[in-house]
Amino acid sequence: MNEKQEKLIDKKGIRLDGRKADELRPVKLQVGVLGNADGSAYIEHGKNKILAAAFGPREVHPKHLMQADRMVLKVRYHMAPFSVQERKSPAPSRREVELSKVIKESLEPALFLELYPRTGVDVFIEVLQADGGTRCAAITAAALAIADAGVPMRDLVVGCAAGKVDDTVVLDLYDAEDKLGAADVPVAYMPSLNAITLLQMDGILDPEEFEKAVNMAMEGCKKIYDMQKEALKTKYMVVKEVEE
Amino acid sequence: MIGEFMPTFFEKKQLVTPGELLAEGDYLPGENTYVEAGKIFASRIGLVDSDNKKVNVVALRAFYVPKMGDIIIGTVTEVGFNGWTVNIKAPYTAMLRASDVLARPFKPQNDELSQVLTAGDLIVAKIASFDRAHDPQLTVGEPGLGKITRGQILHVTPTKIPRIIGRKGSMISMIKQETNCQIILGLNGVILVTGKALEDEELAIFVIRKIEEESHTSGLTDRITQLLKEKKQVKVEEKVE
Amino acid sequence: MSSLVTKVRLKQIEQLIEKGKRLDDRGLLDTREIKIEQGVIEKAEGSARVFLGKTQVLVGVKVETGEPFPDTPNEGVLTVNAELVPVASPNFEPGPPDENSIELARVVDRGIRESKCIDNEKLCIEPGKKVFVVFVDVYVLNHDGNLIDAAALAAMAALMNTKMPNFEIKDGELKIKQGYTPLPVKGHPITVTTGKISGHLISDPTAEEEQVMDSRITFATKEDGKICAIQKGGSGYFSPQQILEASKIALDKAVELRKKLDW
Repeated sequence: MNEKQEKLIDKKGIRLDGRKADELRPVKLQVGVLGNADGSAYIEHGKNKILAAAFGPREVHPKHLMQADRMVLKVRYHMAPFSVQERKSPAPSRREVELSKVIKESLEPALFLELYPRTGVDVFIEVLQADGGTRCAAITAAALAIADAGVPMRDLVVGCAAGKVDDTVVLDLYDAEDKLGAADVPVAYMPSLNAITLLQMDGILDPEEFEKAVNMAMEGCKKIYDMQKEALKTKYMVVKEVEE
Repeated sequence: MIGEFMPTFFEKKQLVTPGELLAEGDYLPGENTYVEAGKIFASRIGLVDSDNKKVNVVALRAFYVPKMGDIIIGTVTEVGFNGWTVNIKAPYTAMLRASDVLARPFKPQNDELSQVLTAGDLIVAKIASFDRAHDPQLTVGEPGLGKITRGQILHVTPTKIPRIIGRKGSMISMIKQETNCQIILGLNGVILVTGKALEDEELAIFVIRKIEEESHTSGLTDRITQLLKEKKQVKVEEKVE
Repeated sequence: MSSLVTKVRLKQIEQLIEKGKRLDDRGLLDTREIKIEQGVIEKAEGSARVFLGKTQVLVGVKVETGEPFPDTPNEGVLTVNAELVPVASPNFEPGPPDENSIELARVVDRGIRESKCIDNEKLCIEPGKKVFVVFVDVYVLNHDGNLIDAAALAAMAALMNTKMPNFEIKDGELKIKQGYTPLPVKGHPITVTTGKISGHLISDPTAEEEQVMDSRITFATKEDGKICAIQKGGSGYFSPQQILEASKIALDKAVELRKKLDW
C-alpha cells in the first residue's frame, strides 16, 4: 500500500483516460432492442455494455410474492462471467444481490404501484461488459426498458456517479478510478421531480466534498437524461413521421 | 406569455416522454398524465394535445386494462375444474365459468369441459366483472359472443382501437361495408376479420394496419376512403378482364 | 408485509408525525435509549450486544487464520455476515440470507472497512501466506426497527472487544502461544439512519414506523467528521436538500453518541 501510486489526475486536471474532472464518458442508448421483451434498452456508457429487459405488468410468480394492493417490481442485476477481467462465476454474488435491491428501490419511486394491484413487473439487467459505474448505467437502461414496455412512469430515472480521485472531486469514475480513488458516489435521479432515488458511497469524503460530488452527479444525470429522452423518442419517431 | 389561459409547454401532437412537463396551473390531467405540485406531467410516451382545458397524451405504447362491459378477444389457455382460463393480453388472467357457457347448472361429473372449449381456442367475450381484488370474469352469454371458428386474427396496440372505430363508428362501418367483412374489434387490441373471400379479408387487414400506422395523422379518413375506392375499382377491373 | 400493521395504525402514525410527534412520545429527531454490553459470548474472540429501544442485535467475532487475497498479500481479511433469525420477527423466515440481510451485512461492512479503523496490515502473520481472518457475524435477535444502526454499533463494540491469539513462527510453522493481543482498532465510525415519513425526516425508526416510512438514508461518519459510507434504502426518494439535512443530522448524532459512549 505504500508503493508509489500513479497519479489518477495530472497537474493540468486531466485524468488517465483523457477526461477533465467534470466530463462524462461517452453514452450510447438504444430502445426496443429485444423482440420478446415487453420493453428493452441497451446502453454503452464508457466501456460498460448493459442490456435491460422489462416484462409486464403480468401475473406474479410465485404467487406468495403478490401484493393485494399494489404492483410488485422485481429486478435482477446480473453480470456475465466474461464481463470483467477475471472470470466471474455465474452464480449470484452478494454484491449482485445488494445491487439488485438498490436498483429496484431506485426505480420504484417512478412507478404508480397502486394502479395495478396483484401484478408484477420483472426487470432483468445483464451486464455484458463492466468498467465502473455499472449500477448507474443499469438504472438508465432499466428505466428506458420500463417506459418502452408502456408502463406509466412519473419520470425516467437516470443514473450517474461522481467521486474523488487524488484530491479532486470528479464525475463518472471508470473502473480504475473506482478501485484506486478515494470515494465513489453513485446517484440515481428523477430530474422532473428533483428526486434522488439511489445514493450510496464507499470511500471517504468530508461534508463539502460530498455535497460537491452529489451536485456533480446530478448534473451528469441531467445530461444523460436528455439522451434517454432522445433514445425513447427515436424509437417512436419512426411511427410518428408518416405525415401526409 | 400570459394570455387568456395559463401556459402549456407543448405544441399540438408533440412527442413527449414520461416525466415531461406539459402544463401548469388551470388545466386538467387527461389520459396518460398525472399531477404533482400543480403541474401536469406525461406518464407515457405519446402524442400530447389539449381538448379545452384537458391535457391528453395518446400513448404510443400501452397495455390493455380490463373494464367491465368491454368486448375482448382472448385465447383459452387452460381447462380447469369449473371453467377456463383465458389469456386476454392484459396484466390479469381472465376466467370464464362453465356455468356461463353451458347456460344451465354445471355438473362436473357429467360435463366434459374440454369438449366445449379447449386450450388454444379463440373466443369473443365480454368482461362481466373486474375489480382491484379479483381477476376479470368473462361472459359469452350474449349474441355475437362465443367460440371463433373462422376468420383471421390481427393484433394492434390497444390504444389504436378507438381510431379504427372512428367517430361514431364511421371508420369501422366504412371498412365493413367496402370489404364486405364482419369485423369484431376487441378492446384488448385483438381484431377478428371474417369475409366471404380471402382477398376481402386481406384488404380489411391492410386497411386496419394502415390506420394503426397513421392513426395520429390528419386527413386519415379521406385517405382510407380513397384507398378503399381504389382497391374496389381494381377488383372491378380485374373481374372485367 | 404491511398486513402486520393495520391501516388505521399507519394513518395514526402519519397524523402524529405531521404534528411533530411519534407513538412513543419521542421528538422526530430523538433516538431511543441505547445499551451496549461487551464480552457476552466467552467462546467468541469478541462480542457485543446492543439494545436500541426494543431492537436487539448480538455480534460475535471469530478470529481464525487463513490465506490472504492474492491482490492484498500483506493484509488480513475482514468479513461481515448478518442473519435475520426467525426469533427476531414474524417476518423473518429461516433460510439463506435474503436481500435484506445481505444489504445489512454489506452496509455494516462498508462503514468499518472504508473508515480504515482496523489496520488490516496489522492482521498479517506471514506475508502472502498467512493472515488473520476476522469473521464478524451479526445476529439480529429482536427487530423493532433501525437494524442497520444497531448492528453497526454492535459490530464496532464487538471489534473493540476482540482479542487475537498470540502466535510465533517456529521452524516455518505457525504456532499459537499463550495469551492474547487486543485487535488494533483506531477510530470508531458511527452509523446513523434517518427515515422519511410524509415528507418529514425522523431518526431511529421503530419497526412500525418503518412500515409507513417511504425511504431511509444511512451515513457512517468518523471522528474527524468525514463520511465513510452512505446507503439509501426504501421505495421512496429524497430531495437533494433532504439528503444534506440527513447528513448533518447523522454527523451531529455520531458526535453526541461518541461522547456518551466515551469512544
